[in-house]
This record gives sequence, C-alpha cells and structure tokens, in this order.
Amino acid sequence: MSLNLQPNLKCPDDAYALLLEAHEGLTKAESDALNARLILVLLNHVGDMEVLREAIEAARG
Amino acid sequence: MADAKIFEQSLYPYQRHPDQDAAAPVRHPVIVVGAGPVGLTTAIDLGLQGVPVVVLDDNDRVSTGSRAICFAKRPLEIFDRLGCGQVMVDKGVVWNTGRVFMGERQVYEFNLLPEGGHRRPAFINLQQYHLEQMLLDRLRELQAEGAPIQLRGKSRVSAIGQHDDHATVEIDTPEGSYDLEADWLIACDGAGSPTRKMLGLDFVGRVFEDNFLIADVTMQADFPTERWFWFDPPFNPGQSALLHKQPDGVWRIDLQLGWDIDKEVEKRPENVIPRIRAMLGEDVAFDLEWVSVYTFQCRRMERFRRNRVIFAGDSAHQVSPFGARGANSGIQDADNLCWKLKLVLEGSAPEALLDSYDAERVHGAEENILNSTRSTDFITPKSEISRIFRDAALHLSERHAFARPFVNSGRLSVPCTYDGSALNTSDAMPEAPARSRPGSPCPDAPLADGFLLDRLGGRFTILAVGVEGEAVGMADLLSVPATGEMAERYASGIYLIRPDQHIAARWPAFDADMIRAALSRATGNTP
Ligand SMILES: Cc1cc2nc3c(=O)[nH]c(=O)nc-3n(C[C@H](O)[C@H](O)[C@H](O)COP(=O)(O)OP(=O)(O)OC[C@H]3O[C@@H](n4cnc5c(N)ncnc54)[C@H](O)[C@@H]3O)c2cc1C
Repeated sequence: MSLNLQPNLKCPDDAYALLLEAHEGLTKAESDALNARLILVLLNHVGDMEVLREAIEAARG
Repeated sequence: MADAKIFEQSLYPYQRHPDQDAAAPVRHPVIVVGAGPVGLTTAIDLGLQGVPVVVLDDNDRVSTGSRAICFAKRPLEIFDRLGCGQVMVDKGVVWNTGRVFMGERQVYEFNLLPEGGHRRPAFINLQQYHLEQMLLDRLRELQAEGAPIQLRGKSRVSAIGQHDDHATVEIDTPEGSYDLEADWLIACDGAGSPTRKMLGLDFVGRVFEDNFLIADVTMQADFPTERWFWFDPPFNPGQSALLHKQPDGVWRIDLQLGWDIDKEVEKRPENVIPRIRAMLGEDVAFDLEWVSVYTFQCRRMERFRRNRVIFAGDSAHQVSPFGARGANSGIQDADNLCWKLKLVLEGSAPEALLDSYDAERVHGAEENILNSTRSTDFITPKSEISRIFRDAALHLSERHAFARPFVNSGRLSVPCTYDGSALNTSDAMPEAPARSRPGSPCPDAPLADGFLLDRLGGRFTILAVGVEGEAVGMADLLSVPATGEMAERYASGIYLIRPDQHIAARWPAFDADMIRAALSRATGNTP
C-alpha cells in the first residue's frame, strides 16, 4: 500500500467543515490537544509505517 | 531494619596479599576492576570455568542504597547457570500488574501476563544490595570449593598501562600501592569508570535535563504488589512519580523534580518527607531508608574492547533507569564475555573472538539506549509539542485500547537477539519459529524432569529436538522430544547452543560436518 495523494473524499467541503466544527469554541491549547488526539487516532487507523512515513514527508512539503 | 543496614557493613575487608611484597609485578590471567553486580558476575562465571580471576574494588561493601530494583528474566536465567538464581527469586518480589495514572485518575492497568512454561518470571524486585550480597555469598561458596577467585577490598586502581600482550594496573591500598599485570583486564568500574578516564576514552550520549528524587522507604502499609506510575499527579504537579514494592517492606519511590533545583537541598529529610507524605497520605507511617537525587543519561563507549582492556556494565554503557536496563544488560555483558575469554585463554579460539563481544554487546547497548531514551522522552517531554502528544496518548488510553501501547513508562528489559553476528551460521530452518533463530537467547521450556535452560549453558551443546543427534568436538549432546512447548518454541531439528545459551545455528537434521563448521564459526576460528 502507498499513500493516496489524489482526491479521496466524496465531499471535501463537508470533511473540511467537520474538522473546523470540532475546533469551534476551543482555546488554542484545547485545539492543540484535540489535533494531537486526532492524529494519534488516524495514525492507528492507517496502521502502516510506510504510509505514515510518506504522509509525514508530504506534510513537510 | 534501620539498625543494621547491609550496605554499611564491611563485607570483604582489606587483607595484605603476597603480591604486594613480590619483587616484580605479578601477572594474572584476568583482573576485574570493580565488584558491583557486573564485576561479581564476571568473577563467578570465570571462576566456575576454572579461569583464575582477581577482583579489585575500592571499597569493601555492597552498593550504597538500593539503586537497581528490577531484575529481569534473562539475568535470572544467567544467575541460575551460575548457581545463585534460586536465592534471588526466593527473596525477590514477583509482580505482574502495573497501573498508570494521569492526574487523579487511573487511565489503565496492564498485566505482564508472562507466558507459561518458563522457570523464571518476567521480573522480580530485589534491592541491588541484596543481589550483590547473594553474589558475594556465591563467590565465597565457590572459593570454598576451590574456584580460583580472589576478591581484594580497599584496592583502588589508580593507574592503567596498555601493552601489546597485557595491561598493568597500579593499586592503592591502606598500606600503600603495588602493581599487577593482567593478560586481560575487565573494567566493571561503573558509569564513572576511572579505567575509561585513565585511558582517555570516549563516552558520548545524551543527558536528560531533569532530576529525579529516588527514595526507599519502609512502611507496613498494604499497598498491593504492583507497579504504580503517575503522570502529572496532584502530589507532584506537572511531573511524574513511581511506586514499586521491594522485599522487607521497602518501597521504591521516584519523584521527578524538574531541572532547576538544588540537589543537596532536595535530598534533605525535611524536604523529602513532606513530598512522600503528600504522595502516600497523611496517615501512612514510614521510615526513610535511603534517598538520592539523580540526573539520567543514555550514552555508551564507541567500542567495548581496547586491546587487552575490555569494558562491561555501566563503564561501557549507561541508560536511564526507565525500563530497568542497566544492571540487567551489564549481567548479559558478563554472560557474553566470559566463555569467549576462557576459550581465548586456553588457546581454543583466536583473540578475534573477543571482537564479537564488542559487536554483540554494542548491539545490545544500542537497543537498550533506544528504548530507555524513548521512555525518558515520553516521561519527561522536552518540548511543548511532545508534551501535547504525550498527554493526548494518555488521555485516549483511558477509553481506547489502541492508545495504550503508546504510553511508555518504561519498556521492560528483554534480551536482544544477536541478528547478523559473525558467530551465527545462516538459518537452515527459516520456516521454524523466529524466536529460536540463530542469535536468539534460547527460549526456556519445560522438559519431563525440569526446565530446558537448566540443562544448557557453560559449554557448547547440540540440542536435538525430536531428531537423532551426536556429540561433536567440544559440543555435548542433549536430546529432547519435540512435544509441547519444545515443539512450539523450537520445532524439530538440531540446534547448536553457545555456552551463554544463545543459538548459533540450526538445521532440520543432524550433519556432523555442518556442525563442525558452525562450531568453528561460533568460536571465531572461521571468520
Ligand atoms: C536510581 C537507580 C535505579 C536503577 N534501577 C535499575 C533497575 O531497576 N534495574 C537495573 O537493571 N538497573 C538499574 N539501575 C542501574 C544499575 O544500578 C547499574 O546499571 C549497575 O549498578 C551497574 O553495575 P556495574 O557493576 O557495572 O557498576 P557499579 O554498580 O557502579 O559498580 C562499580 C564498582 O566499581 C568500583 N570501582 C569504581 N572505581 C574503582 C577503582 N578505581 N578501583 C577499584 N574499584 C572501583 C565501585 O566501588 C563499585 O563497586 C538503576 C540505577 C539507579 C541509579
């Protein structure tokens, strides 16, 4: 398996809005904590070191 | 307890030795510098194999205060081979349950769930001074049986000389100094190793900018026999804490203090006692047995052998105590080194065999440093973002199983596999269990009359599991049926086992020529 960098969501606007809504009303510290938890949840869901490495590379830009 | 602390007693007082009056420095085959757990283990192992050994220590007592408390399964198996594992297990506290708290809440508990069919538990807790005392007792017992071991107290090594075929040491005693020569010098003189310093050798790594208050207290409270670890507890906000049980009603308490503190002030009873009271509760009565403040480091020497001087234990590598890998790995150094040194001394192996000690134990040290560093980074996050992730993992661990493996309050010590060692013969049974591939420490298993590991070690053994075998060269034969745990952990075949109970080679069937070639490789005779 390798990292999918092509559009993969049926409704990107909804997904993006979902993310922002989750942070609504949070302080900076609460948002940072939420993001960290979210990353760990997704990290585990991906479950593949190679994909994670590629994802980190892609995120680094 | 408080009236007769064992670590305040003189256990091997200075005695004048004829070497001190010799006209010229006397030559010994092996001199060990330092009678800590690693030096004592080395001396016992060599003495058992009939190699004459002189141990020098600058004092005459066991470790002051407990220091190490967790001793893992592998060192216990080594002590079984040396004839003193049982006393340690009898005295030690066996534990399986650990609890992790964040703030005021328990986020989860774990069980070490040791696999059945092993003689020894995953861990015991035992004060380092008890362990050293038991090693001393074993050493005395062997001496009484005629083993060539000498232990010289109040004998401080103050200078070292390196030569092509020997090393020289200058020894300071209460009656002045004298010189000795050694074919081989083993430096087991601890993290501050004077030997290493006198030879001007490197010791590089990482200092963790944090301080830990380590206290041993005696109390009659009935806390359960468990390991409790707190992140950010109310009694030590923003820091961590550990509570762990030892024998004799002694409890180990670790409290993280942070970086900007005055160690001397923190160590004073008037400052320590209120901290412990806040942790244990106002109504719990306790006595302080020992207190110290440590800064932890992870570092190692680049190479553990410098011609005739060989480093073992903390002198060669140092780790933070999270994961209990210090003494545990030093004992494995001794286990790895002694049989090799014996073969070299008796001329059955070339000196180059000792380079495999360096390669294999550097590999072990790297693994230990990696694990201890990761634990320390989790416990004491050093950047804002690493703390955010740490807290996120803890937070999630309360409700979700997936997050628990992220929580790292110490990855408990397990022996390393010497994958890729020059002593291994390539695996002829790649489909057999990976845990018994060449390089692995032999997994224990029950036999009809006892345990496998009690039948191995101290010499090369051909272990025939469910197939025909024969003794070859210096290797004896042990035949066992391929049933139960033996079948699960090994699969049927021929295994060549080293004197340190690591597997050197395996084949589906007996072939004397292949065994001869593998023995030659495992003794450094075939590069
Ligand atoms: C708080 C704490 C907790 C720990 N917990 C654990 C644990 O749970 N499990 C674990 O495995 N490890 C643990 N460790 C690590 C463990 O204590 C060490 O790894 C272990 O003591 C190393 O043994 P050693 O024999 O190499 O060195 P040491 O125990 O340091 O012994 C060195 C010896 O050399 C002698 N010496 C020094 N200089 C000279 C000289 N010039 N001449 C002659 N003799 C000399 C000293 O007197 C001493 O006896 C812990 C350490 C600390 C500090």
